[in-house]
Amino acid sequence: MNPGIDLQGTFIETLMDLGLPAGVAKAIWMPLPMGLMLIGATMGVLVTTWLERKISAAAQQRIGPDFMGPFGLLAPVADGLKLVFKEDVVPAKSDRILFTLGPIIVVIPIFLSYLIVPFGQNLVITDVGTGIFLWISLSSIAPIGLLMAGYASNNKYALLGGLRAAAQSISYEIPLALSVLAVVMMSNSLSTIDIVEQQSGYGILGWNIWRQPAGFVIFWIAALAECERMPFDLPEAEEELVAGYQTEYSGMKFGLFYLSSYVNLVLSALLFAVLYLGGWDFPIPLNLLANLVGVSDDSSWLQVVDASLGIIMTVFKAYFLVFLAILLRWTVPRVRIDQLLDLGWKFLLPVGLANLLLTAALKLTFPVAFGG
Amino acid sequence: MFVLSGYEYLLGFLLICSLVPLLALSASKLLRPSGRNPERIITYESGMEPIGGAWIQFNIRYYMFALVFVVFDVETVFLYPWAVAFSSLGLLAFIEALIFIAILVIALVYAWRKGALEWS
Repeated sequence: MNPGIDLQGTFIETLMDLGLPAGVAKAIWMPLPMGLMLIGATMGVLVTTWLERKISAAAQQRIGPDFMGPFGLLAPVADGLKLVFKEDVVPAKSDRILFTLGPIIVVIPIFLSYLIVPFGQNLVITDVGTGIFLWISLSSIAPIGLLMAGYASNNKYALLGGLRAAAQSISYEIPLALSVLAVVMMSNSLSTIDIVEQQSGYGILGWNIWRQPAGFVIFWIAALAECERMPFDLPEAEEELVAGYQTEYSGMKFGLFYLSSYVNLVLSALLFAVLYLGGWDFPIPLNLLANLVGVSDDSSWLQVVDASLGIIMTVFKAYFLVFLAILLRWTVPRVRIDQLLDLGWKFLLPVGLANLLLTAALKLTFPVAFGG
Repeated sequence: MFVLSGYEYLLGFLLICSLVPLLALSASKLLRPSGRNPERIITYESGMEPIGGAWIQFNIRYYMFALVFVVFDVETVFLYPWAVAFSSLGLLAFIEALIFIAILVIALVYAWRKGALEWS
C-alpha cells in the first residue's frame, strides 16, 4: 500500500526549506485544512438544504425552488441572508444568557466533529488516537444545548421539546456507540483512517456493510434519531409542540439550530460512509485497474487521481445517504414518543449488544475475515 | 509542548469552530432591525397570553431514562478499550466481557420489569 499524497508533509517541508522554523511552518499549515473543512461543511449545508427542497418537491410532484438562480440553486443563500436580517426576538420571561448559549453549544461540537472525518489517506485534519470515540463524546454535548434552549425559553412547548430532544438523543446514543464498537473491534483501532484502511483492498466486497449488516441498520436508525430526522423528529413535532425547543427562536439563533441540524445530517452520513461503506475506497480496487491498464503503482499522476477520486467517493457516498434520509422523510410516518423510546431501549439496545458479542465471537473463530 | 500528539489540532479547530456562532450572531447584530415592542416579546403560546411559567416540576420519566442512560453509557466507555485490544486478548477477555454484559443485561431486564422504560 503506497502512502499516497501527503500535503501536510510537503507544505511544511517547503516552508522549512525557505528558512522558517518547524514550529512556525506547522502553525501556518494548521488553519488551512480547518478553514477548508469549515467552508466545506457550510457548503455541504447549502447543497443539502437545496436537495431537501428539490427532492421534497419532487416527492410531492411540485417544482420546488426555481427562480433563484439556475434550478433555484441560490435559494439556500437567500434563506441564509433572510435569517441574518431578521430581528432577534428574546421573550421577556426567558433567561437571556441561556437562551443565547443554547444554540451556540449545539453548533460548536457538531462542527468540531469534522476534525476526524477522513477524505483520504492523509486528507484529514488530524488523525487523533481517539478518532471515532471523539465523535461519540462530542455528540453527547449537543443535548445539553437543546435542554438549555428549551428551558431558557420559558415556554411549555419549548420545555417539552427540549426534554424530548434530550431523552431521544441519550436513548439513541447507546445503540450508536454499540454499533460503532463492533466496527472498532474489527479494525482494532479507533482511528477513522485505520477503520477505512481495514476495509480497503477488496473493493466493494471488503466494506464493513457485509460483515456488519445488523450494526449498519442500528447505526442508520440511531443516526437518524440523533439528527432528529423525519421518522424521529418528535422534539419538533409541529402538530403537538409547535416547533419544540425552537419555538421561541428567530433570526440567526434559529439559523444556528437549522445549520447544526443539517451539518449533523451530513456529518452522520460521512461517518456512515467511513464506518460501513469504505470511506474513500473505490468500489473496484484501484491498484487492480492500474495493473490492468499497465500503469505502475507509484506514478505521481495516479496518486493525484487516487486522492481526487477518494474525495469524490466519500462525498458521493455521503450524499447518497443524505438522499436516502430525505426520501425516508416523505415515505415513513412519524413514530410516537413511547414507540421511539421502546425502539431505542427494548430493540436497538439488546440487538446492539448481541451484535457486539456476535462480532467478538466471529472474530475469535475467523480471525482473518474479521480483522485478525 | 503537547503530551498527546494531534490534539493541538483539536484545540485549534475548537477555536475556529467557536468563530462560527460568534461571527453569525455578530453579523446579524449589525444588520438586523431592533424594534422593541412589548407585544412581540411575550411568550408564544398559540397566540394566547400564557398562564403561568414553564419553570415548574416536570415528569419524572425523563429522569428515569437519564438514570438508565448513565448505566449503559459508562458500560460502553468500559467496552471501548476492550474492543480495541480484543485481537491480542483472546478467549479469556471474551468470557470476561460476556460476564460483564450479562450483569448489565440483568440490570436492563430489572429496569424493564420495574417499568423504568415505560412511557405511559
